[in-house]
Amino acid sequence: MSAVAARAAPARRSGFRFGPLWLAVPGLLFLAVFFAWPVAQLLGLSVVDPENGGLSTESYRRIAATDVYLRVLGITFRIAGWTALWSLLIGYPLAYWLARLPDMFRGRMLLFVMVPFWTSYLVKTFAWMIVLGRSGIINSLATGSGLIDQPLPLLHNMFGVMVGMVHAMVPLAVMTMLPVMTGIDRRLVQAAQTLGAAPARAFWLVYFKLSLPGVAAAGLLVFISSLGFFIVPAFLGGRQETMLAQLIITQVQELLNWSFAGALAAMMLAAALVSCWIYDRLFGISTIAGGSAQAGAGRIRDLGLAILGVVGDIAGRAAAVTQRLLGKRICGWLLPGFCWLVIGFLVLPTLLVIPLAFTSSQFLEFPPPGYGIGWFRTYFESPLWIQATIRSFMVAFATALAATAIGGFAALALAHSRTRWSGLIFAFFLAPMIVPRIVIAVGLFYLFARIGLVATDLGLIIGHTVLAIPFTLVTIAAVLKTYDQRLDQAAATLGANRVRTLTGVTIPLVKGGLVAAFLFAFITSFDELTIAIFISGGVKTTLPKQMWDDMILQLNPTLAAVSVVVFVVVTVMLLLAERFRSSSSS
Amino acid sequence: MATGAGAGMAVREPNTGKLVIEGKLVIEGLGKRYGATTALEPSSLSVAEGEFLTLLGPSGSGKTTLLQLICGLVEASEGRVVIDGRDQSNMPVHQRDIGLVFQHYALFPHLTVAENIAFPLKMRGRPSAEIAGRVASTLDMVHLGHLAGRFPRELSGGQQQRVALARCFVYQPSIILMDEPLGALDKKLREHMQIEIKRLHRESGATIVYVTHDQEEALAMSDRICLMNHAKIEQLGTPREIYERPRTAFAADFIGISNIFRGSWDGNGALDTPHGRFALPRGAHCQSKDAALVIRPENLHLGERDGNAVSGRVSEIVYAGSETRVIAALGDGSPLVLRLGPDDPVPAIDQAIVAGWARDKAVLVA
Repeated sequence: MSAVAARAAPARRSGFRFGPLWLAVPGLLFLAVFFAWPVAQLLGLSVVDPENGGLSTESYRRIAATDVYLRVLGITFRIAGWTALWSLLIGYPLAYWLARLPDMFRGRMLLFVMVPFWTSYLVKTFAWMIVLGRSGIINSLATGSGLIDQPLPLLHNMFGVMVGMVHAMVPLAVMTMLPVMTGIDRRLVQAAQTLGAAPARAFWLVYFKLSLPGVAAAGLLVFISSLGFFIVPAFLGGRQETMLAQLIITQVQELLNWSFAGALAAMMLAAALVSCWIYDRLFGISTIAGGSAQAGAGRIRDLGLAILGVVGDIAGRAAAVTQRLLGKRICGWLLPGFCWLVIGFLVLPTLLVIPLAFTSSQFLEFPPPGYGIGWFRTYFESPLWIQATIRSFMVAFATALAATAIGGFAALALAHSRTRWSGLIFAFFLAPMIVPRIVIAVGLFYLFARIGLVATDLGLIIGHTVLAIPFTLVTIAAVLKTYDQRLDQAAATLGANRVRTLTGVTIPLVKGGLVAAFLFAFITSFDELTIAIFISGGVKTTLPKQMWDDMILQLNPTLAAVSVVVFVVVTVMLLLAERFRSSSSS
Repeated sequence: MATGAGAGMAVREPNTGKLVIEGKLVIEGLGKRYGATTALEPSSLSVAEGEFLTLLGPSGSGKTTLLQLICGLVEASEGRVVIDGRDQSNMPVHQRDIGLVFQHYALFPHLTVAENIAFPLKMRGRPSAEIAGRVASTLDMVHLGHLAGRFPRELSGGQQQRVALARCFVYQPSIILMDEPLGALDKKLREHMQIEIKRLHRESGATIVYVTHDQEEALAMSDRICLMNHAKIEQLGTPREIYERPRTAFAADFIGISNIFRGSWDGNGALDTPHGRFALPRGAHCQSKDAALVIRPENLHLGERDGNAVSGRVSEIVYAGSETRVIAALGDGSPLVLRLGPDDPVPAIDQAIVAGWARDKAVLVA
């Protein structure tokens, strides 16, 4: 009896060895080598003396000694904080409104958020430069109509940066809050009303409270993403709005001071991790991935409920007064009116670039004096632009293949595994989304510089794959979540082995999700700039890198034409991805 | 306002002579339209103080719409809702003195059991000492005192149901509305909770309007049943009235099992049907020539009675413990159900039988 058991045991153990989690191993290795290791190394560099290689706190002392760096750090935090706050204030009503729409209509309206979300930051920033500049659209319209004499200073100041940042971040905030909000049972608010709570009070006491994890997750993601921003402050801000990421780029590219760049990157990473830690203490990190919030500890929870009670009370009275002043009908239009304004804010600037791409003028004046396709011809006849475009397409294609394969196997592993490791593994795969891109980029540059991958396509593909893996994993995991695993069991009972089950049953059924993941990865790579700035050297440039270089030199209508091309490519890919994704989940 | 007026009692107003219906809850010509579709035809209804009234009907019959109109979650297209003599038609939900038990309970997931139950009292600004006392006594009433600090997700379905009931009973609203509250529970628990709700109703003296599509539940619990179909009230009466004296073929078919013979009424004492000419109950009257005769399975017997007989062939015999049901196929293939008593001989499958009924045990319906 015991002999049989003893013999059976090893067999079971070897069965576990080829268990589902092993499918995640290639991805784990890939991220360990090209993400965790370079980032750790960069942090290590910050405590190494560049002269003799010994341990040194010199870099950090230099940061603390000069008040420039502390000021930049302060500015970075301030901009990121304000961006998070404004994105939540503007995004919350929009997300709330979208969550209340009927499912079918919501899917369509969501495109007004998805398209700005995936539109390249460069294109968005370029659009704002055209809109807000001294001779930009707003100023030329305002002076032209005699509203003002002098052009308003809308650009190269805090206002310009905030407009650009908030515009870039509202879609992320909305898309993070929306799943939480659609998950809230609307009857709970009705229940609160039948129990005697006025509508506004019911909203704060029940709906708002239940949406808080989404709000906090959105605030966290926006804050962390904003910490690493450099495109918007570089083009829309002035000297006073220099952010940390810009300093890092200068230190690496112009001053070649690795250890100091490492120290700056370490500070940014520390800020991001501390934000995550605080969030985890308050809400539990799993809520980002859609888990339910913890109940929270006694006293903090009581305090929170008490505050909400007061807010609800005040809001109830305020709403009653507003309704008496404005009437019920106008009050009903307040929310949709506001939401359409926000949608206009999100969508219009990018659309304004389109007429400018067809201008006949040498300058980016609005409205264009005449129309033509001259600037598209300039673009298509320029070997520099065309090579960059071809490279971008190739890199994006390879990235999409790699990221879909890695993310797909990881998602499959996590869907089938129920160990306590899976939560940790999931978090690790999502980490490239949390760690500021600039930190990853600098770390990779340092690694690639020593193994000869700088200025190579392979280096770009590896870097982009690191960034794209979280998107493919989340997309495929979402499809697998709705996938009925009994179908696999059915295939197994009918005689299919693991591989046949995967190729014959699982993959055909989740194909839509795979295609969507592929396209999302493609877009991620296609408009990626941060890694391209460091890795694609000299002639081997990508489309976003070429745009960045041109925008730094001088704005010209070719950029408008390129922006339109990028915008169209990304939008078409996005619409395709959405179609495939919805076809797979239904 | 005269409370305690009988259900649906019509009273002539002394001054004007106008006919008014009095009750705890009075609905007058209440209707709801969404564009071209009618969710509820203009309907009138009165519920007496302390009454247990059930809105019964298939899905889409308008019963949930009527409930939502009463509590104000849906705005009426026409008509009035009068509670305790006050017109509440334009009153927002939170100011109507009603309680609603939701289909899936709608307990606040972020509040504990005790906080859920305290919620309506807090909204009414009651002093905290009173709130604590009433929450405690209500929790005892539903036997949940030991779970006060738990969160809803930590409770079983039946326990969540009790919390939902307690949250409603705690503030003693004028009327308690329940929207299929037992729909999510399994059969055993459902029957247990039916008794529980009846007990709460008896102990609190609350006026309850209860929505269900389960006719057995309606028969077991209600003082009166309001049967609904096609967005209007089909029949209103006590369970016994509706079961024994259905007014329409739908009512007969929806409540209990019925054998229905359609035919044309000769204007006198007989109905001509494809299965033969049947003697009607004495004094039976119908508004149209097209009519139907309803015979409950327990009133059908083997052999002819009062000249009424149909013949068929036994197709199925269902033994259900306390009774045995025989299902036979008539000449045209339509089924006939009869219930055998404990001592009756059981026929064999495929055996040809003749079944009849006493003429006064049948009901003539439109």
